[in-house]
Order: sequence, then C-alpha cells, then structure tokens
Amino acid sequence: MKTISSFSHMTHQQGLSRRRFVQGAASAGALIGLGGTPLSFAAADTPIMKFPDTLQGQHFELHIGYQNVNFTGAQQIATAINGSVPGPILRWKEGDDISLRVHNHLHHDSSIHWHGMILPTGMDGVPGLSFAGIKPGEYFDYAFKVQQNGTYWYHSHSGFQEQTGLYGAIVIEPANPDPVAYDRDYVIQLSDWSDQAPEDIYIKLKKQADYYNYKQRTVVDVWKDIKEKGVSRSWAERRMWNEMRMNQRDISDVTGHAYTYLMNGNTPEQGWNGLFKRGERIRLRFINSAAMTIFDVRIPGLKMTVVAADGQNVEPFSVDEFRIGVAETYDVVISPSDDSAYCVFAQSIDRSGFCRGTLSPNPSWMAEIPKMDQAPLLSHRDMGMAMGGMHAMHAMPSMDHSKHNMSAMKANGDLSNPHAGHDMGKHSAHKVDVPAPAGMGSQREIKHPATEFGPQVDMRAESPMNGVDDPGIGLRDHQQRYGRRVLKYSDLRNLYKTEDRRDPKREIQLHLSGNMERYMWSMDGVPFADASPLKFKYGERLRIVLVNDSMMTHPIHLHGVWSELETGDPLHIPKKHTVLVQPGSKISYLVSADAVGRWAYHCHLLYHMPGMMREVLISEGGV
Amino acid sequence: MNKQFLIYRFFFTGLILLSAASVTWGHPAADPVLSMLSFNRLEQRIGEDDTETQWDVDAWLGKDLHKLWIKTEGSYSDGNRESSELELLYSRGVSPYWDIQTGWRGDFNNTDNRQWFALGLQGLAPYFFETEITLYLGQHGQTAVRLDTDYELLLTQKWVLRSAFEADIYGRNDRATKTGSGLSEIEAGLYLRYEIRREFAPYIGLSYERQFGDTAHYTRSSGQRTESLEYLMGIKFWF
Repeated sequence: MKTISSFSHMTHQQGLSRRRFVQGAASAGALIGLGGTPLSFAAADTPIMKFPDTLQGQHFELHIGYQNVNFTGAQQIATAINGSVPGPILRWKEGDDISLRVHNHLHHDSSIHWHGMILPTGMDGVPGLSFAGIKPGEYFDYAFKVQQNGTYWYHSHSGFQEQTGLYGAIVIEPANPDPVAYDRDYVIQLSDWSDQAPEDIYIKLKKQADYYNYKQRTVVDVWKDIKEKGVSRSWAERRMWNEMRMNQRDISDVTGHAYTYLMNGNTPEQGWNGLFKRGERIRLRFINSAAMTIFDVRIPGLKMTVVAADGQNVEPFSVDEFRIGVAETYDVVISPSDDSAYCVFAQSIDRSGFCRGTLSPNPSWMAEIPKMDQAPLLSHRDMGMAMGGMHAMHAMPSMDHSKHNMSAMKANGDLSNPHAGHDMGKHSAHKVDVPAPAGMGSQREIKHPATEFGPQVDMRAESPMNGVDDPGIGLRDHQQRYGRRVLKYSDLRNLYKTEDRRDPKREIQLHLSGNMERYMWSMDGVPFADASPLKFKYGERLRIVLVNDSMMTHPIHLHGVWSELETGDPLHIPKKHTVLVQPGSKISYLVSADAVGRWAYHCHLLYHMPGMMREVLISEGGV
Repeated sequence: MNKQFLIYRFFFTGLILLSAASVTWGHPAADPVLSMLSFNRLEQRIGEDDTETQWDVDAWLGKDLHKLWIKTEGSYSDGNRESSELELLYSRGVSPYWDIQTGWRGDFNNTDNRQWFALGLQGLAPYFFETEITLYLGQHGQTAVRLDTDYELLLTQKWVLRSAFEADIYGRNDRATKTGSGLSEIEAGLYLRYEIRREFAPYIGLSYERQFGDTAHYTRSSGQRTESLEYLMGIKFWF
C-alpha cells in the first residue's frame, strides 16, 4: 500500500481543509488530513471520494503554486490552484460583480483565463493579448460582472501549465429561475495527467510524431486484411494511405501511453464517486479540461438528457453517448429510477484509456466498468475527399500549384480572406456576392490560400463535408452497432430565440492546417508567430467557416464573443465557445463582434495551440 | 592519423554540445530550437573472417524547416579504423515530406582521404520508405551518387523489422580508394529490433554486401572478398 506524505509540502497559508488535498496513489490509499493528523486507509476496493473545494461569494483569493501529487505511483509536482488538482470549483451568481485576486507562487509567469466568460478584454487572462501575465511572487486582480449562467471553467493560459494541473470548474447560478429542474448537481471535470513534463512531450512529438501511438498497423492487421479481402483488394485499399504517407490510426497525438485520465482528479483505479437517491434528477456538468484528450462519454443503463452546451441552455434532447472536445462543456440530466450503481465512463477518442466514476445511492458501491469500444479508423472522408477516389485529393504540393492558381482565378471575391485577397481577390472584386443567410451555413466554394502550399502543410481537404451532422470518427456506427444514440451538433438548438437575427455581411474562411510528420500546426498554413491579426469591425455580424485540412479533430476556441453554430435553425442558433471541427470537414458559425479588444482564437489541443492560433482584433475601425 | 583523431574529437565534442543544448521557453514557441542525437546503428558484426564494429550516428540542431545535421558512419576492425565518413549539412524543408541537404563530406580510410561537396534529398517517400539520395562532387572532379532507403514493418507495437538498402555509384575510377566507376557497391540488411522504449532498442540482424565492376576488381586483386554476409547485433538509441 502506498501513502502520500505530502502535507508538509502544502504550500498555502489557508488551513488544511479535509477536502483540499491533492489525491494520489494510483493503487489504493490516500491520506485525509484531520486536524493535521494523517489518517491512512487501505482498502483498494473502496472508492475514495475526493473533491476540490467549492468556493462561493463575490470575492475570491486564488493561489497558484506547486503541489506534490501522485497519480501514477510516482510523486510528481503539479501546478495547482489552492493546493488541489483540479482547482476549487467557483460558484458565482449571474448579475454579480465579482473580484478574484490571483497570486502567483510559481517561479514562472502565470495567468488564469475564464473560459467561455463574456468579459472585458483586459480580464480575459491571455498574456500578451489581455495583459502582461502574472509575474512570480505577484498577484493580479480580476474583476468583472457575471453576465451569463451555466457551466464553464478556468485554466492557465501561460506555457503548458494546463497540462500540469492548472484548471478548475465554474458554475454560475442563473438570475432567473433555472429552466432545468434538478435535485442535485455534480461537476464532472475530465482531464489528462502525465508524469512527463509537457515540454518533453512537445519535444518528443517534434522528434517523432507517432511517439505515443501504440495502436499502429502491424503485420497481424495486414494478414487479417488479406484473409478477409484477398491480396489485391487489401493492396488497393492500402494504396491511398501508402501513397499519401498518412496513418489511418493516427487519432491522438498523446495517448494513454503518457496519460493517466482523471475524473475530478480521480485516477481510473480510484474512480470518482457521486451519490443519489432513487427518483432524483441529477444534473451532471461535464467539463473537458484535458490538455490533448477528446473523450466519449456514456453512462451505461441511463439515458442522458442534454440541457446545455458550453454553458448555454439548449432544447433538451436525449442521448446515450456524446463526444466532448477539449474545453467544451455539456450539462446532462439523468434520473435513475432504481437503487443501483451506474458507471460514468469517459473513454479517450483513441481508446488508449479512460477515466470513470460511480453514481450510486451507497458510497461503498462501485459500478461495473464497461469495456472500451473499438479504436476509430480514419477514412477517405476524414481527408476531405469525395467518397471513393483520390483524384480529388491534393496530397503533393508539387503537382497542384497550377491547379490552385486556377481555382483562385475563379474566386468570387472573398475579401474577408486576406490571403486569397492579396493574390487574386482584386481581379474579381467587382463580383462580390452576398453570404448565405444566417443559420444555414456557407454556400461558398472551398479555396485554399496560397500560404497553405508548402512544407508546413501535408493535406488540403478538397471536398470537405459539413461536420454539423457528424458525430465524429469512431462514433458514426454506434447507433447501428450498439444501438446508442450519439450526440451530433445538429441536435443542438438554443433553448431561446436567436438574439442577433442579422444575416452575416461577410464571411471568413479559415483553414486548420498542419504537417503531422513534422508536427507543425498553423491556420491557413501560417503559424501564429508569423500571422497578422484577424480584424473584425465592432458591431458587425460575420460568418466564420472553418475548414479542417488535417486528419485530427480540432477543438477551436474563440475568446471574447460567442461562436453561434449554424446547426440548421436560424431562430434557435446555439451559442458555443469551443467548436469541434471534424477531420477533413468544414463547419460554420456566426459571430457578433460585440466586444472590443484583442482576443485569442486557437485550437485548444495544448500542443497545437502554439502554432494553430490567431489574434482576433475587434475595434471600431474594424477591417 | 593524428589529424583524423582530432577531427573525430572535434566531432564528438560537437555532438555532446548539440545534445546538451536544452530548451527553455516561457511562452510556448511553436518552433523552438531543438536538437537530437541518434545512434541509428551501433553494432558488432561477425563475418567469415573477422569481426568488426560499425556505427551510424547522426545529430541535428535547428527548427522545423531549418536544421544543421552532422552524420557519421564507419567501422573498426581489430582496433583499426577501416573507414569512416563524416558529413556536415545544412538541411531545409522544401515539401511536406522532403528536406534538401547540402554541405561537406569527408572520407577517412586506411588509404587516402577524400573530401566531397554533398547535395541531397532526405525524406519519406510514398509507401513510407525513409529515403536519402545524395549527389557528391569530389575535390578532384570525382562524382558519386548514393541511395539509401529503408522500410519498417511492425510485427507488433514493439517488435520492428527494418529492411535497409544502400547503393553507391561513382563517376570514375579512384585507384587510391579502390573504388571503380559505375555501380560500385550495394548493401542490403535486415534488422529486427525490440523497442524497450521508443528511444532504446537492441537489435539483431544480417547484412549482405557485394561489390561490382572495378571496385570488385580492386578488392579481388588485394586478395579480399567482394561479397559477404554478416551477422550482427547492436543497439539503436536516441535522445
């Protein structure tokens, strides 16, 4: 049995609360501080409940510091908030003016970004854009009015501190009666922990992009294919992948090989534990606070009624399973009608691991853990190819420069795209057409900017499908295979009427680009360091079309303003802060540029973010 | 001999410095300066006549698309260095999977030393063949082309079978280094390794070498074999 004796290392001034400790010891035991006397208990089969503190009120003192943790059997140092990973749950009330003093006890700069909060740009917590960051030994006073309600979260926006534990949940009580009825609620915060330093992970990916992938094709798979399909058919099927040098099994850059997946800070061995009484309605507030892991969530035996996405209420609908991208949140309501133990099961998108919890009427019960599903395989569609051929695919830039220029000739004057604009736009500027009306998505043709042709980009989707109807890789056959209804973005309808009914006046097409082999990420082929800001005019309504020119699923987060996802009903457009863009697909949302300032716009996969990022500058002057 | 020793001392000091170049950045840079040192092969070979030690080591320092490479390979037998090569190259990414590399190569033999200007392409060919093809121009007008390609087959996630092929072609005869014009030499190898970690893998293998044309003629006239099959074991590691 292992114990942790980390209390002497607790950095902070506040007295030890029995809930404020970082749990550890993968195998079994942990300590609970009772008046400073450590008490250990052993039973490996006893799920140990551990929560971060819940803080409420209008003023908060948060301390960012080092904290000993043990999630894997080895003691490690995390960057924690008030001594716990995750940090404390912050409960606010809509309409309140709140202030937060954030102290940085690290040896490096730090920051906290309030993810999904509508607030003044100076309070957004992005070093270099909103403010200068918090220097070691200093503090920063955040103050803003809470103008929304629901489930959100916060995290560091400095370095790779998110990976080492700097995140926590935000729950905002509505000012008006809550449209969602529930008897109790739980935050379920999913994350990924690694004993490897995040800088080392990034370097390893640069040196060998498939370093963490231990689910690659082997001779066994070749043999199976040949037995099933014969030599010539399996050769033909492999041809495209081989010619394009793409890996059909490249699902996650960093996998369970490096990660221990956590649910509210509990390892899979420990499991999180939540209680209910039969007949209660329980609201689960799922938050994906992982650095690199997209999760698929289900509770075998229970239907989940989705009531909110990214904190915003949606018309309730029922699912058996949903995919939650990094930084997204979903609120679901469940109502178990019997006294049994239910497993809250979150498997990583590549099925290299999971985290889990038990919901039951009895804290000593543990629900049966289901098996993970099959790992997804990528297909033609995920390369943005029209079904069934590679003629549409531009895999080798050498052969398609000429073709690109021709398609740019046909450009219909998309002035909003600076890259298309400067090379060809002028020729056709007289032919400006009006963007499609709000709600239904873009009608424009997909154009790859000239900057996307080069060694930094290994793929361009030629016929991307709209990702709004796609549950995502690996989930498309779950209805058929398991009878599970899986969430799609097209299921999301805002509970309320769309506030800004204007049609977009212009459209921006932005390509999510990269090179897997070299581990380079960019937008429109240009990394953040070399890009100029995207400029929005204060007050304008515009459409952003994201085209995923890669085979990874990217969660794209726009700070400061809502991403109003065009899911098909112009009158009930759901508002999101983070949008999953399926591989080789496109997706579009509307933006009301109603917040002046410098905002970050980036992929929320931590190791994509340094490159796949833009500044969005919203100003009176605008474009 | 002394000069060669100095060059190698300089080279290995360089390698150690390269690998020690640590990376620290406050705000994550998408494209930091990194370095890597790879012992692709460090092996003992058992032939029909003798045993020898071979190495194939390279190191790079740089960013995503711009790197400095140092490459060396060679062999020792009974404490004498039979032959070795050292290359210093600037490498630039020019397409998604290919880098152009250019620089200097020095050959150090028991016979005469040679220096070359190198211009090559290194990258991943379709069907996942790791490939290097390099053109060399020698100081006395000699020319050479080398093709080096290998393919890795995963038996399991940790057992990897690598097949490698190398061919050397020369523009004209060079009696001093016993190389003849045309296709001079090929080497084909099979290496079975077990990746204890990605960075550390012991392996066993076999290697077939054969000389052709005048190269074979020179070798025969000095009473040596022009064809050999060797068994080998070694380790591959990088950091």
